[in-house]
Amino acid sequence: MNDQAGNKKQDEIRIKDAFCHGKAFIGFVTGGDPSMEKSEEYILKMAEAGCDLIEIGIPFSDPIAEGPVIQEANLRALTAGATTDKLFRLAANVRKKTRVPLVFLTYLNPVFRYGYEVFCAKCEESGVNGLIIPDMPYEEKGELLSIAREHKVDIISLVAPTSKQRIQTIASAATGFVYVVSSMGVTGVRSEIETDLEAMLSAVKAVTDVPAAVGFGVSTPQQAARIAKEADGVIVGSAIVKLIAEYGEDAGRYVYDYVKGMKAAIDV
Amino acid sequence: MSKGRYGGHGGQYVPETLMNEIIKLEESYEFYKKDPEFNRELESLLKNYAGRPSLLYYAEKMTKDLGGAKIYIKREDLNHTGSHKINNVLGQALLAKKMGKTRVIAETGAGQHGVATATAAALLGLECEIFMGKEDTERQKLNVYRMELLGAKVHPVTTGTQTLKDAVNETMREWTKRVDDTLYVLGSVMGPHPFPMIVRDFQSVISREAREQILEYEGKLPAAVVACVGGGSNSMGMFYNFIEDKNVRLIGCEAAGKGIHTKYHAATIAKGTPGIFHGMKSYFCQDEYGQIAPVYSISAGLDYPGIGPEHAYLHDTGRAQYVPVTDEEAVEAFEYLARTEGIICAIESAHAVAHVCKIAPDMNKDDSIIICLSGRGDKDVAAIARYRGVDIHE
Repeated sequence: MNDQAGNKKQDEIRIKDAFCHGKAFIGFVTGGDPSMEKSEEYILKMAEAGCDLIEIGIPFSDPIAEGPVIQEANLRALTAGATTDKLFRLAANVRKKTRVPLVFLTYLNPVFRYGYEVFCAKCEESGVNGLIIPDMPYEEKGELLSIAREHKVDIISLVAPTSKQRIQTIASAATGFVYVVSSMGVTGVRSEIETDLEAMLSAVKAVTDVPAAVGFGVSTPQQAARIAKEADGVIVGSAIVKLIAEYGEDAGRYVYDYVKGMKAAIDV
Repeated sequence: MSKGRYGGHGGQYVPETLMNEIIKLEESYEFYKKDPEFNRELESLLKNYAGRPSLLYYAEKMTKDLGGAKIYIKREDLNHTGSHKINNVLGQALLAKKMGKTRVIAETGAGQHGVATATAAALLGLECEIFMGKEDTERQKLNVYRMELLGAKVHPVTTGTQTLKDAVNETMREWTKRVDDTLYVLGSVMGPHPFPMIVRDFQSVISREAREQILEYEGKLPAAVVACVGGGSNSMGMFYNFIEDKNVRLIGCEAAGKGIHTKYHAATIAKGTPGIFHGMKSYFCQDEYGQIAPVYSISAGLDYPGIGPEHAYLHDTGRAQYVPVTDEEAVEAFEYLARTEGIICAIESAHAVAHVCKIAPDMNKDDSIIICLSGRGDKDVAAIARYRGVDIHE
């Protein structure tokens, strides 16, 4: 299925590459919002603007960890006909044009229904380097982990403000990067992040060398710059998805400018 | 494999933010279920407040009319707040209080669980917020007002299909925002472990009583027990103490809506496939990509695309049987029970009545069947009238 060049390229790209150019800026878009073609364009724009890792959301009917902005993006993508198969094609197309590490963010049911083995094999084939699954906590990842590993797909571990003593267990088994959830609740722009990020990050750092990136609620360059002082990377989802919601088919240059500004803010 | 498994079903598929909280809930529950004081308090509430034990009523006219097995009705509709939901809610609200929580949140479909939760919260002095699909708030306006009378805040949920599944999504989201002082009082034997176990344990009072009552009246166990199934709490409660009695058939009635050959049903066992959603592995109505399907039933309480994991297991092992019942059959049974026995039951429970009408005539006259009448039907009268073309609004 894969030509040799594709395979070779895949072998060379790793999530850790994202953390080799200073602090990492990690951007998220919902795949297929507003269309598959536009998603591809926006992902490439993000890469071009300096995004170090791109999370592509596979839309799900009931995204329980998402706030209204990404919920609506999921709905727009599904209404426009996005499917897991189309998302794999999107990733493969993007992979042909950029070496930026890619991860899929989705819920466990779409992966389970597709079949863990087939899903992970397709990730490898399309150049997807990792998976973020918000409804698969540490205790439940066993059923997917070994299959993902065989296909060189990292399962990204999440730690939350409520994780406390769990941080050690979760982070010490992490690969790719550790996703530090900055706030309680669901995704979405917040004016203030009240969690003691320093404490969470040092708990992570105490047990692993895997990079740690902070997400949930981050939108402004000021927030990003502050977080980047402590963390290895900053993750932004809703703020980008909002631009796509607002500008639809013409969001390309807004997304580009936004990512460029954010990367500059953390790149000190 | 993780905790809370029923065969391969169940588990704890929730965001990391909730993990410590559900672990704490399990530990607290394991402690209090063995605590004599907790049990005394709960028993007292069930007896003196909810009105337990509920009657096991011999439906003589219905028995004669159908001409087969003796029909007994477990009258959960006579509980305070009018349904079985109070059994679980009193247990969970008391647990919340013991855990030091000051606020409870809950989803509701028809409003029965919301009303029960608001009631328990009023009684025990807990702050209460209920999430209800916007479509359901319109179908069940009276229940919304009831919850408000009881001091609860009702949030209409405008996401997704605006029904029960979306109410669950929104309550989960709310819980991840605020766990320290808040317990999610889940209304059915679903969601992540330990909820399916906790809700089943609190609902198992139904079969504990019914088993004793039928032995007293008939001197032998029933040939079958029949209950409606949405998420599956009244049926799990009705089945539980009969599971080891291998000769007692356990029958769950799913909402077939306009028929399982149409798109308009909520028949998870008949039409669903294995999936992972709302914290559990079980059967769900979904498409080939795992997108959860919009479901339909005339009954808001059965309008749910999944089923509790222990039911999924009872189905897999063949211990329980699940049958689809259409809107039309349920409405006919609703009218039949009113006419024959003078009992206006919930349209949810009417699904179980409908199936009993089908099977009782062919059964032995010496045998008995117990129907779990999970709720009363006042809330459904206007909707049934409209179904029959009579324009009544509440």
